[in-house]
Amino acid sequence: MLWHLHIVPAPGQEDLDGHRLATEATELGLPGPWTISASRGFLIEDNSEGISSKDWFERLRSLAAEVLVDPVTEQFDLSPCLPRPRPTADPRLLRADLVLQLQRQFPDARSFEIDVNEEAGTARILADDVAIDPVEFDRWTVRSYLALIPPSVSRPWESVHVMPKPGVTDPVAESALSLLHALGLDVAGVRTIRSYHVVGPREALPDLIRRVLSNDAVEHAVVGELVLDHLGQGKPYRFERIDVPILALQDDELVRVSKEGQLALSLDEMKTIQAHFAEVGRDPTDCELETIAQTWSEHCSHKTLRGLIDFDGEIIDNLLKQTIFKATKDLNLDWLVSVFEDNAGVVRFDENVDVCFKVETHNHPSAIDPYGGSNTGLGGVIRDVLGTGLAGKPIANTDVFCVAPPDTAPTDLPPGVLHPRRVLEGVVAGVRDYGNRMGIPTVNGALAVDPKYLANPLVFCGTVGVIPRGMSSKHVEPGDRIVALGGRTGRDGIHGATFSSLDLSADSEEVSGGSVQIGNAITEKMVLDVLIQARDRGLYRSLTDCGAGGFSSAVGEMGATSGAEVDLEKAPLKYEGLSYTEIWISEAQERMVLAVPPEKWPELKALCDSEDVEATDLGRFTDTGLLTLRYQGNLVAELSMDFLHEGRPKVTRKASYTPREPQTINLPRQGYDYSADLLKVLGHWDVASKEWIIRQYDHEVQGRTVIKPLVGEHEDGPGDAVVIQPVRGSNVGLSISCGINPRYGEHDPYAMAMLCVDEAIRNAVAVGADPDRIALLDNFCWGNPERPETLGSLVMAARGCHDAAIAYRTPFISGKDSLYNEYDHEGRKLAIPPTLLISAIGRVPDVRKCVTMDLKEPGNLLYVLGGASNQFGGSVWAEVTGRKAGKIWADPHRAVSHRAVYRALHSLMQRGLIRSCHDVSEGGPAAALAEMAMAGGLGVEVDLIYFGAENGSAAAHDASRLFGEGSGRFVLEIRPSDVSEVTSRLFEVSCDPGSDGVTRTVYTHFDKIGRVRTDGEAQFTIVRSDPPLVIQWPKPGDGHPVIPLIDLPLSTLKAAWQRPLHPAHVPG
Amino acid sequence: MSPRALVLRAPGTNCDEETVVAWERAGASVQVGHIGRLLADPKMLDGFQTLTIPGGFSYGDDLGAGRIFASRLGTALSDALGRFRDRGGLVLGICNGFQVLVRAGLLPGGTHAGAVTLARNLSGKFEARWVKLRPLGSKTPFLADDEPIELPVAHGEGRFLTGDPSATEALDRAGQIVLKYVDDQNHPTSEYPSNPNGSSMAAAGVCDATGRVFGLMPHPERFVDPFHHPRWTRRGPRAEGDGLRIFRNAVKSLS
Repeated sequence: MLWHLHIVPAPGQEDLDGHRLATEATELGLPGPWTISASRGFLIEDNSEGISSKDWFERLRSLAAEVLVDPVTEQFDLSPCLPRPRPTADPRLLRADLVLQLQRQFPDARSFEIDVNEEAGTARILADDVAIDPVEFDRWTVRSYLALIPPSVSRPWESVHVMPKPGVTDPVAESALSLLHALGLDVAGVRTIRSYHVVGPREALPDLIRRVLSNDAVEHAVVGELVLDHLGQGKPYRFERIDVPILALQDDELVRVSKEGQLALSLDEMKTIQAHFAEVGRDPTDCELETIAQTWSEHCSHKTLRGLIDFDGEIIDNLLKQTIFKATKDLNLDWLVSVFEDNAGVVRFDENVDVCFKVETHNHPSAIDPYGGSNTGLGGVIRDVLGTGLAGKPIANTDVFCVAPPDTAPTDLPPGVLHPRRVLEGVVAGVRDYGNRMGIPTVNGALAVDPKYLANPLVFCGTVGVIPRGMSSKHVEPGDRIVALGGRTGRDGIHGATFSSLDLSADSEEVSGGSVQIGNAITEKMVLDVLIQARDRGLYRSLTDCGAGGFSSAVGEMGATSGAEVDLEKAPLKYEGLSYTEIWISEAQERMVLAVPPEKWPELKALCDSEDVEATDLGRFTDTGLLTLRYQGNLVAELSMDFLHEGRPKVTRKASYTPREPQTINLPRQGYDYSADLLKVLGHWDVASKEWIIRQYDHEVQGRTVIKPLVGEHEDGPGDAVVIQPVRGSNVGLSISCGINPRYGEHDPYAMAMLCVDEAIRNAVAVGADPDRIALLDNFCWGNPERPETLGSLVMAARGCHDAAIAYRTPFISGKDSLYNEYDHEGRKLAIPPTLLISAIGRVPDVRKCVTMDLKEPGNLLYVLGGASNQFGGSVWAEVTGRKAGKIWADPHRAVSHRAVYRALHSLMQRGLIRSCHDVSEGGPAAALAEMAMAGGLGVEVDLIYFGAENGSAAAHDASRLFGEGSGRFVLEIRPSDVSEVTSRLFEVSCDPGSDGVTRTVYTHFDKIGRVRTDGEAQFTIVRSDPPLVIQWPKPGDGHPVIPLIDLPLSTLKAAWQRPLHPAHVPG
Repeated sequence: MSPRALVLRAPGTNCDEETVVAWERAGASVQVGHIGRLLADPKMLDGFQTLTIPGGFSYGDDLGAGRIFASRLGTALSDALGRFRDRGGLVLGICNGFQVLVRAGLLPGGTHAGAVTLARNLSGKFEARWVKLRPLGSKTPFLADDEPIELPVAHGEGRFLTGDPSATEALDRAGQIVLKYVDDQNHPTSEYPSNPNGSSMAAAGVCDATGRVFGLMPHPERFVDPFHHPRWTRRGPRAEGDGLRIFRNAVKSLS
């Protein structure tokens, strides 16, 4: 029998969720007005067939009060989920519940008089002596509980119940179940449920449910009465081996088999499989086909970038090897430990520890269920670090989101697409709940907004870990036990790996409902706690995480060169009914696979037991070269490891690139006031304050964060990078930063790559990282690579990455690509802009020398290092002022000289000569300067007369000086007393010797632009003196004519900058 | 001899390492123990002078922060903790640990306060930010003076609340609300964000009637090193973090 524990806010407690949802409904454009009361609850199933015993009911009631309901802020009701009323209500209880409900409904009423007529099933109610119409009631059903609100008093209302679909992981319910068991109550199952009492236009209710209250992909909504008799979490599975007859099939039939089985295998691949099994002399089993499909998927094998590319006639064999890997190999740096080999890249940090870093994407799952998608995206990349070497200990997370404008009109949404605002809120909450619970600080990130992400948002999650030196490599020995550790296996995420190789469409959610996964961070935290102890005690020889493809990928990879035997029925399941194939390919979260020497297994098992972590011996690694799978003793797969890993036919794709015709941009006439433009730039999503996101993340847990993501007088300035202390007690730090700019990609993918690398490095240098010790990660997110121009732009970006890595001497240590980021519905195609995320970790020699971007003291002087730029292609200013034209560029020579400047700047920072430093990126110098002023709470007086008027060439346009974007630039704040020393050091810098062995000198652009105000005015003023030509070297402020460019109070700047992502639900 | 400190860990505890560092820096000799061990052997407490329940999301905090941990502590262990306190032992609960002590009935202790909870923040969400705090009175050995301190908070459920509002006032009169959120002028405040969660009476930290059990929402272990402060690049680092003082005070009172 099933019971509904319905938990409501106690009288006088604000219904925070209800208010938030009603606001959200209005903001999403649903015709209102809406009044929503939200409540939570549990569905609890007992083990009896019929009516539960009174004892059981009373026990549940008292345990609920004790452990499931807050004693102060909540009240509850417990009733069976039955359709029919039951006659025996205790009138006193009924009265109490009526009063409770009425108090919620009529908070202003001081007294209620209730006259219950049980036989008639009615109650006469007086509130403050005013009669409320008689209504039907029923003690035992939820319907009547909510039905106590008389329709004649209130507007029409409806109750909506939302619960996770069967099979969807429900961590809260799991906790409740185990606690109730621990407290001695016999409970068969628990699910969470949310209930809403909605007052609003009835015809818009389906939209409200779909867009605001629930998510069809993972949840099930019931309108009205809740009638359920059991939770239905799975039925017993009866073994039946399934062979898939493909040997006799024609081409079109092979294609059909692939498509119907969601295998995402091409005809060429299907034919190779057919030929292989013809040789073996039998048809494959479903499990074998699935294993091959997972292993050969774009997600797992990266077949496009590792295949052959015909690039306008030039054949590229393995693009990654020719570009990204090659740069790392050619740089040949002695501080690289393990690159492009393991789940994360590993570099040396100090004499005792290495650090590793990995960034992953989780795009398609996040499009369907933003919360679950980003939640498990972060959980997955944390496991990547756990599965690096002999296990890295995670010390920091990063997250980058690409979404459509959160203020997109709801009417513009294609079918099956969630509103970007919901996507953003969901992905932030997903990262928050996983990272915070794991106790890993989420410290760095970015937001890129573009309408082309509407149907296909991008979610990047990264994790940094530390590994004791000497523990960064591992191997498997035949005879080692295959041990699964952590979470149980369910139907979660089936077909996730092959799903990411398909375009999204309106019915994506239906096709791939199972691909959605929900995480349980605490399970992973427990795995982490056990793993680090087991690692230090030497209890296993190798490990990897279960990611895409589940056991199939993990065991398949670990046993690739040896062989493996697995008995699938041994895997612990979340619920009954999984077939052997489902067990094998399930992407249930929080699982690791270990290779354990048989003699260590008892000790490992005992350790896991002591921490309540489930560890199961699934089989053993062999030396047969075969992947052998059994279910209850029946052979269900026997695959050649060699065929599995080497048998895939090489993919050949065509690529083509035509540079975009640069168009001249129209610039404003002289005398134009740029104040309004600056406000628009600051209000652009990519530039605007991300405080609303950052504060939801615990960015200081572990006590390592010495430069925070938010800096300045009010801790709201946008820091360039964070710095953490990987080793407690050591002053050597690690910076974490990133660079991303999809707008550049549409202008010039090669330049985008170089500029993103430059920005990631520059952010690191700005806080004090050593430019000689920065390591990079690449994450390519592109559209369908089967379209030549899409792949062509990717080739150009990969080449940009290579050239940048060589020029800056910053190696790539790991990376990941995600292709097919497109939406396709009824011929309407929407591909994302080419998106490259560059993430960087940098060694900070001494955290005590770190610099932040907030202006520090009145009277200090302001400089721009790196000159003015008239690059407007993809610039924020061009976008917010409606200009489409403009160019961007970047080249290796420029990068080589930037590197020389960065090294010089770094040495000045080490001597304490730089008071603040901020990179110039989106929005150009004006935006950078505005951010510094806002963060420091200090006004500035700037005269651009000498900025951008160099080398005898025509002086730069004012728009260029203010808003031009491009590489290599910083705004610096310097004490007047330090200026001469800084200037002499930055005047000329030496580059690395070129390939000809010659060392070149760069004369740096280092322009004084003004100073931090000394008059205490919080005013942001930029002018340009415009003296007559005859005056030699005019001094700013000498009484020459002055052209005002921008003049705004800091409060106005800040309001514009904080408005887009203002925390709307903050009280007051 | 340096006092012996036990830092108690449960599934989901995640501030244990930095809490150990803080106690060590304050001069204690520290051991980390898993709750499973303590449940199996409650006598284990006899070897320690101070017990800390650190921050985290014990058991996922799925059913309300600290609730499962508190329930696992159970009656038996509550009694052991009571005896530990009565023989002069100090108990510290930080963030989730504070929530555990409240749920377990050890804070504010006694029955006069009625139902007590740490409810969801009024902002409705988890928030990480630095706050200014003022210690009041000297009821607990963890706080020795009334010099304002700065510490970070990071929680979603930190609003101290009693079922009967007058109970909070009574606790305040009894001097048990020993740490309060204050504004720029060092006055206790209910204004967001200086008071980050809407706690009544600006309560950030509470002790029991003996003063030996102390819980607080802010994280003293996160401000041990001067470079933990969010504005050290503006003002220059101080000698040591404000949070360290809380651990030092305890060590001093035990030595």
